[in-house]
Amino acid sequence: MEINIQKRVLQKNETEADKNRNWFRDQKVFVLNMMSSPGSGKTETLCKTLGKLMPEIRVGVIVGDVCTTNDADRLQVTGAKVTQINTDQFGGDCHLAAHLIEDSARKLGCEDLDLLIVENIGNLVCPAEFDIGEDARAVVLSVTEGEDKPLKYPLMFQVADAAILNKIDLLPYLDFDAPLAVENMKNVHPGMPVFEISAKTEEGFEPWLSWLRTKVKEKLG
Amino acid sequence: MHEMGIAEQLVQIALDAIPEDMENPRVEILNLRIGKLASVVEHSLTFCLEIVTKDTPLEGVRLVIEEVPIVIRCQSCSREWEADTPMFKCPDCSDAKVTLISGREIEISSMELAD
Ligand SMILES: Nc1nc2c(ncn2[C@@H]2O[C@H](COP(=O)(O)OP(=O)(O)OP(=O)(O)O)[C@@H](O)[C@H]2O)c(=O)[nH]1
Ligand SMILES: [Mg+2]
Ligand SMILES: [Zn+2]
Repeated sequence: MEINIQKRVLQKNETEADKNRNWFRDQKVFVLNMMSSPGSGKTETLCKTLGKLMPEIRVGVIVGDVCTTNDADRLQVTGAKVTQINTDQFGGDCHLAAHLIEDSARKLGCEDLDLLIVENIGNLVCPAEFDIGEDARAVVLSVTEGEDKPLKYPLMFQVADAAILNKIDLLPYLDFDAPLAVENMKNVHPGMPVFEISAKTEEGFEPWLSWLRTKVKEKLG
Repeated sequence: MHEMGIAEQLVQIALDAIPEDMENPRVEILNLRIGKLASVVEHSLTFCLEIVTKDTPLEGVRLVIEEVPIVIRCQSCSREWEADTPMFKCPDCSDAKVTLISGREIEISSMELAD
C-alpha cells in the first residue's frame, strides 16, 4: 500500500526558524548568520567588525563551536554581549539549528540590541541547509583555501547574501588567484557583493561595514 | 554530518503517516525527492537510517530517490534554464540576480507499506 505524504523533511526546523524570525522582528533586532570553513577568520573578522560598529550599533553575538569557549572569550573583549553554544552536548552537530538559536537568543536577551550576529559552526555544508530565522547570511572564504571552494560548495555561496574574501594580507606569499575566486563566487551567485578584506590588517573593511550598517538600518527603520 | 538529523526527521514523518488502525505495520520503501544542490550524501543517509530505524516499523526500509534538477530563472530577462554545473549566471544578463526555482528539495513524497 502506498501512502502519499508530500512533506519537506526539514519542515520542523523551518517552522522554528519562522518563529525566531517573528520574535526577532518584535525585538527589533537584525540577525546575521556568519558561516565558513573552520579557520577562515569568522571570529577575527567579527572582533574587528564589532570594534568599529559599537557603540553606535549595539551588537550581541551567539557563537557556535563543537567545543571550547575560546571564540566567546575573544569576542567578549570587544565589550559585546556574547553567549556560546557548544554542540557536543547535542551530539557534536555540525550546524546550529533554529531551536538552539531560540534558547540562546532568549538567554542573551535582544531588547537592548540592534544587531545579533551568529557565528555558525565552521563547516561549508550543513549550516547552509538550516534556516535559523536570520535576516541575512554572510559566508567567509580565506585565501588559503583554494579558488574553487564556491564551485565545490555551491549551496553555501548561493544562499549567502554577501561574501567576504579574508586574509588578503597573505596574497603576496601565495599562488592564490583572487580574481578567479571572486569570479567563481559570482558565477554561483550573480550580483552577490564580495568584500576583499584582511581581518588582521583591517584592509578593505569600509565597504563591508557600510553594507552591514545599511542592512541594519533598513530593518530598524 | 546533518544526515543523522535528516534520517531522524524522516522516521518521525513516516511514523506519523502510518494509519493508526494498522496492525504490525512495516514500511518497505520511502520515496524521496532530493535536489542536486541539496547537501545530502545518499550513502550517509542510508547509513544513518539503518541506525535510527532499528526496532521500528521502518527497519530494513529502502530509499528510492528522485533527483530534482537545478532550475534557475534570471530576474532580469525571465529566462529559465537547467544548470548542470554551478554556473548560475544568465548567459544574456551577466551580473543580474537569479532565482533558484528548484534544486534544494529534501522532500518525502510517499512511502510503501507491506500488505
Ligand atoms: N594573516 C591573517 N590571519 C588571519 C586573518 N584572519 C584570521 N586569521 C587567523 O586565522 C586563524 C583562524 O581565525 P579565526 O578567526 O579563529 O577563524 P574562525 O573562522 O572563527 O575559526 P572556527 O571558529 O574555528 O571555525 C587565527 O589564527 C587568526 O589569527 C587575516 O586576515 N590574515
Ligand atoms: Mg571562530
Ligand atoms: Zn537574463
